[in-house]
Amino acid sequence: MRSRAFLASVLSHLVLLIGAVLMLAPFVWMLLTSIRPAEEVFGAVFDPIPSRFAGFENYAQALFASNVPRAMLNGAVVCLGILAVQLATALPAAYALARLRFPGRGVLFGLVLFGLTVPIQVPALPLYLALAKAGLLDTFFALMFPFFLTVFGLFLFRQFFRTYPEEILQAARLDGMGEFEIVWRLAVPAALPAIGAFSVFSIVAHWNDLYWPLIVVTSRERATPPLGILAFRDAETGGNYGALMAGAALITAPLVLAFLVARRGFVRGLTMTGLK
Amino acid sequence: MTDGESADGVRLTGIAKSFGGTRVLAGLDLAVRAGEFLTLLGPSGCGKSTLLRIIAGLERQDCGTVSIAGRPVDHLPPAERDVAMVFQSYALYPHMTVAGNLATPLEMRRLTLLERLPLIKHLSPRRARVMRGIMAEVRAVAEALRIEALLDRKPAQLSGGQRQRVALGRAMVRHPAVFLMDEPLSNLDAALRVEVRHELADLHARLGTTFIYVTHDQVEAMTMSSRIALMDQGRILQLGTPDDLYDRPASLAVARFIGSPSLTVLETVADGVGGIRLGAVRLPFGHRFAAGTRLSLGIRPEAFALPLGPEADGPALAARLVRAENLGAEWHLHVRLDLPGEPPAIVRLTAAEHEAARASGLLEDPLTLVLRARGVHLFGPDGARVEPDPAHTAVVE
Repeated sequence: MRSRAFLASVLSHLVLLIGAVLMLAPFVWMLLTSIRPAEEVFGAVFDPIPSRFAGFENYAQALFASNVPRAMLNGAVVCLGILAVQLATALPAAYALARLRFPGRGVLFGLVLFGLTVPIQVPALPLYLALAKAGLLDTFFALMFPFFLTVFGLFLFRQFFRTYPEEILQAARLDGMGEFEIVWRLAVPAALPAIGAFSVFSIVAHWNDLYWPLIVVTSRERATPPLGILAFRDAETGGNYGALMAGAALITAPLVLAFLVARRGFVRGLTMTGLK
Repeated sequence: MTDGESADGVRLTGIAKSFGGTRVLAGLDLAVRAGEFLTLLGPSGCGKSTLLRIIAGLERQDCGTVSIAGRPVDHLPPAERDVAMVFQSYALYPHMTVAGNLATPLEMRRLTLLERLPLIKHLSPRRARVMRGIMAEVRAVAEALRIEALLDRKPAQLSGGQRQRVALGRAMVRHPAVFLMDEPLSNLDAALRVEVRHELADLHARLGTTFIYVTHDQVEAMTMSSRIALMDQGRILQLGTPDDLYDRPASLAVARFIGSPSLTVLETVADGVGGIRLGAVRLPFGHRFAAGTRLSLGIRPEAFALPLGPEADGPALAARLVRAENLGAEWHLHVRLDLPGEPPAIVRLTAAEHEAARASGLLEDPLTLVLRARGVHLFGPDGARVEPDPAHTAVVE
């Protein structure tokens, strides 16, 4: 019996291990390539371990001779800008949908659910035309504008606020808090795990987004991280995939670091909202 | 003080409330005197909590008027009604410390909106001064409730009794005109409940503020209240002192609800000359019902006695002992009366009475039970209490 349990455990770990290797292989390859000398990338000999450590020159080229740092800064501006407006709108709206009684609430929430089913590609053309008419193409605003209102966040926070005890809200009203003040003094502090989880989703999605930036941005000055990589490939590097992978590693690094730091809170936020 | 002079308490006129198609309150009138401890007592679902929420402004009544201290407050939001509430779940702000919880009602009143906004609030030079005053008051209330050692803790780190005190402190700190309490003891264990009961009664005596207290527990109601409003199905069955409700229940429903163990109810008929018959025994009441009218006789457990010494002369009933329960200080005898249908009854004896009765062999079957005058109530066909006519002698004598 014990040997069977042991065998089952070995087997299941083997399966998990294979899955992990498949998932991690591209990242490992990216990191290996980023320290590989340029002449070896397309060399005849295939050896996973670089013959010589070329990390300094590759990362130096990515950092100082390319648009990648600028693209990362742009990415930070865009992601934080989107997140700030998303939280500022979704939290009060979710509270209202979850806890206030008003006519039309059911219809409004139905529309929110409907909004969940519409992908960005559907309104992309009218949005582009409107931004073009307003002369706002190739701006930070154009990059952020379609994502200011988040149906997903609204839904996530609403589910969370529905579990908040009604008596505490009543106590707050007796103490003199208005509904907005209830949101920022009571609901937001209680929703921090959900806010954390949502922030990770939002930042990852918009940091990595290629589709929308490709549509509205043409200049190097407004390039987001994936656009920065694209431009890098075409213009600066020629065949230097080592430097390109160094740029890719740099762009991935903030997200990986942020996830490692916030991992515990992220998982808790997901389990608390019942979305896992 | 008569009801006419009580405008400075809380006055409810014609309060009605329905949820969906269910009528919860049916046109209810109630005048609470300033400074009294009034308990809304009733079974769950009788509308007592809804009534409390209407007074607080957390629910809006369908019709009727709420006045506090002589002015109608129907148009006012909860915060402007000068009432504070202690909730069953205590409803403490979970992410704030005890000090933060106690300070919040004062911050809301004394700081401007700008002085409460995150980040911006620190720009106000006035804020630090106001907050110092608030914290001094918070500390004073905490000392009065003996929770000053807990000021830096979060609610999750407190015991049930400590949370209860914090909830009380949050209500006290703003000196409201009326305290509203919604079953504040129901989450405490039995021993703590007795202790907090005394503290609440003390607190009421010390503050002299109007308390409106909701409970389904008649012991809480009887021990703390100046007056009790007994509610059922959205109406007030009787409003009176604990003595009124126990000794002069207005109806059979009140008599059944108040008192534990509950009273024995015997179906009987009027004899046409102001009395009723129980088997061979006639009890004179001086009522005016025609012969044959169905009446109910309610007998408190302590209104039954065994024929020991001076008790021996009253009207007597025979009974058969079914079970005897020893509660230490008293005994409860469950008996079947020797009447048509053998109706069950409960007899309460003190330990001393029980011992004397056992010594003189009075606990052998069949028992002889003597009815005392006090604790025997007659109810008419509509369930309303029939006052004994003083011209006739009452039950015994």
